[in-house]
Amino acid sequence: MVNVLLRYLNLVVVTLFILSLLSFLLAYLFPGQAVENLTGLRLDELSTLQNNQLKYAIDDNVFVQYWYYMGELFAGNWGVSFSSGLPLYEDIGHYLPASIELSAYALFLSFFIGLPLGFLAALQHHKLTDYGLLSVSLLGYSIPVFWLALIMILGFSLQLGWFPLSGRLSLIFEIPSITGFILVDILLSDSIDKQSALIDALRHLILPTLSIAIVTTTLILRITRRSVIETLNSEFILAAYARGLTPRQVLMRHGVRNALIPIWPLLAMQFPTLLTNAMIVESIFSWPGIGNWLIQAIYQQDYPAIRAGMLAVSVLVVIFTMSIDLTIRLTDPRRRRVGRAAI
Amino acid sequence: MNIIKKHNKNARFKTISIVLASILLCACDVLLQSETDPNGIVYCSEGSPASFNPQLDTSGTTVDASSHQIYDRLIDFDPVTGDVVPALATSWLVSNDGKTYTFQLRQQVPFHQTETFKPSRFFNADDVLFSIDRWRLINHPYHDISGGRYPYTDSLNLGSLITKVERINGYRVEITLNKPESSFLANLATDFAVILSAEYADKLISRNQKELIDYQPIGTGPYQLANFRQDRYIRYTKHPKYWRQIELTDKLIFDITSSSSLRLAKLLTGECDAIALPAHSELEVIRQQDDLVLDEKPGLNIGFWAFNTSKPPFNNPEVRRALGMAIDKNALIEAIYFNSAIAAKNIVPPTSWAFQADVRSLSYNPIAAKNLLREQGVPEDFSMTVWAMPVQRAYNPNAMKMAELIKAYLLEVGIQVNIISYEWSTFRERLTEGLHDSVLIGWSADNGDPDNFYRPLLSCAAIESGTNRAMWCSEEYDLLINKALQYTDIGERTYFYGKANELLAEQLPLIPIAHASRYQAHRKELDGLVINPYGGVRFGGVKKL
Repeated sequence: MVNVLLRYLNLVVVTLFILSLLSFLLAYLFPGQAVENLTGLRLDELSTLQNNQLKYAIDDNVFVQYWYYMGELFAGNWGVSFSSGLPLYEDIGHYLPASIELSAYALFLSFFIGLPLGFLAALQHHKLTDYGLLSVSLLGYSIPVFWLALIMILGFSLQLGWFPLSGRLSLIFEIPSITGFILVDILLSDSIDKQSALIDALRHLILPTLSIAIVTTTLILRITRRSVIETLNSEFILAAYARGLTPRQVLMRHGVRNALIPIWPLLAMQFPTLLTNAMIVESIFSWPGIGNWLIQAIYQQDYPAIRAGMLAVSVLVVIFTMSIDLTIRLTDPRRRRVGRAAI
Repeated sequence: MNIIKKHNKNARFKTISIVLASILLCACDVLLQSETDPNGIVYCSEGSPASFNPQLDTSGTTVDASSHQIYDRLIDFDPVTGDVVPALATSWLVSNDGKTYTFQLRQQVPFHQTETFKPSRFFNADDVLFSIDRWRLINHPYHDISGGRYPYTDSLNLGSLITKVERINGYRVEITLNKPESSFLANLATDFAVILSAEYADKLISRNQKELIDYQPIGTGPYQLANFRQDRYIRYTKHPKYWRQIELTDKLIFDITSSSSLRLAKLLTGECDAIALPAHSELEVIRQQDDLVLDEKPGLNIGFWAFNTSKPPFNNPEVRRALGMAIDKNALIEAIYFNSAIAAKNIVPPTSWAFQADVRSLSYNPIAAKNLLREQGVPEDFSMTVWAMPVQRAYNPNAMKMAELIKAYLLEVGIQVNIISYEWSTFRERLTEGLHDSVLIGWSADNGDPDNFYRPLLSCAAIESGTNRAMWCSEEYDLLINKALQYTDIGERTYFYGKANELLAEQLPLIPIAHASRYQAHRKELDGLVINPYGGVRFGGVKKL
């Protein structure tokens, strides 16, 4: 077990090192002065750099610069944005939770719908329900999320007027950001109209969450269905039947657990897709998340922001994927033996 | 037994599902009702202000966010009649020689109170002196704060026009000019002549935080700034002791939405109560909606294509004329303004008395243009830049598209065009530096006086202050427009402006393109919002029904 942990740690460290190196190189690959792209300060403002903590040893060689860059990264000095002049660390700390929140709800919703439906389809294998669910899921899977989000806006916001189409919360409500997760922040706040703020936040959440969840749901449905069918065809299920258990007992005692095990790693693989979809949906619903923020940064050629944003998102993906993988490896008795770590 | 049990199970299942369904329905009911808070107005604006002091910036975005919300002026324009009406000055007196203006100030006008500043006194003559001296006196402690440029007053040379501003007593101020100028009163009523707090400025000096005066502003206006997040929102709260007896809502929020279609969508869903600058292509959609109101007024503005006359070959009037002939103005107007604008002949719109209908205007003639260009030594495949502003303005709702059309027109006369655009504040900074060959931009007037077009747009002083986008400086022109200001009689002023119009038609430092109508869209529940033809939007007195 310690061995597995060490191998994972090793892999994480190496990956993060490469990512940090890439983000550092980006500053050189982007147009303009590398030091401008690293600090976000224009050359004429760099004179203030001398007594500033943003020190990248401009005159030293690249390796020394990289060393300082890493030092600043860990110290939380990620430079400032070209366009807004705000510190990137705080900016990302403000926008990233919004994306995580949106993705988390979408993932939760997808599980909530996808898993039971997947089981249903598998248990009704080769019956009408199965075919119906399968074709609906194929439809959901093939709809581009960009288009889906726009259709949702067109239908539910503009035509029916049920839901708002932008943002996380009506600006009328003033909720201080404590955790960055809007629902938690509302519950923590001592605002007088907490309840209406909560309702408003939920109204804002519904459409973007649904847009992301639909694609993920169909994925989960299909993965679950296949896994359950395979499990139910295994010999130990047959053996359970032979011992005289009822179909219900067979499913509950032997089917569910064994069917779920192969699902988790596949789902972990879907996390980057989920995040990508979330970033697209964010920019459509003007959700103040990291995706929207990055796209704005790209439009405005805000190189420091692009560099820091990409680093933050990729680190998040790496750490999340690895930790799910690690959890699976440590909990799944069949895979504990396999030594080598992989993403 | 078995059957009964099964029956029970079914019943329980039913009960549970009914309970769940009703909870779900309730939730839907709550979630689907869009409830709007009557105590807050949300205005979807088009961009982030550069600061909260309109003295520093003529851009409409800054003016909208500050001028009529945070501040008051000595005098105001009545948005309906255009007359000058009392505001912080209750009355004023102009001496017979037209050089001395005496203002009697309003008493018991409180300033905003914030967490960092508690005013100890009411508004008085010191505040007027401070506000005017800040841009007038170069050695004023606040002159160089936030850049030290005052584009509006600098372009009109108001600083050297005023010889002194004197405090007669606490509530009486006298302003002396070195020569009579008929547009002076109108200039004091513009969005830029706001009154700041001298006491706040002193406090900031003692705290060594002078720059905060423009970013955490204190004024006497109907709303005070609560907080601002770049590109996201501006929040204002009601000024509880506002001196005018008008309706104010508890909160005023500017939701910064740069995309015009998104602004319209938000207006449709009720996320905004009013929007800035509805796109001309979307006006029909707004008209068709029962719960939206679209106001229209002929605009005091001009959209133009200015050449950088400090750079060859654009310093040659014949080249400029040829370029002007290469484009089809009417086609541009149809494509960009959707016929909600009129083709421009002069730089002033037809509603102004300085307008001259008989001035010679350019007609579309690519062949003649091509010949003229070759004659003037502009080679085939000459390459130039057209700068297109990144934001929409009433005078040019889509500069980018216009630039593309112009690119196609100029290709026909053998000129390659590079279209250039930057983020708005960078764009203007680089324009002021004169890095452009030509630019598509425009001007919205701040008062009804034609001087407000002639001087800021093309006078020599306006190059320095960054409103003369043609970088054009002509002594003859400056002489004409200054002469026009020495007379109060409109007939005499018209004569000089007519001469100036002729000079412009001959020299063509810029090609006037269109005068656009002004539109304002808001929801029906919003009451009291009127188009202010003389500048920024006003939310004092606007309420939600």
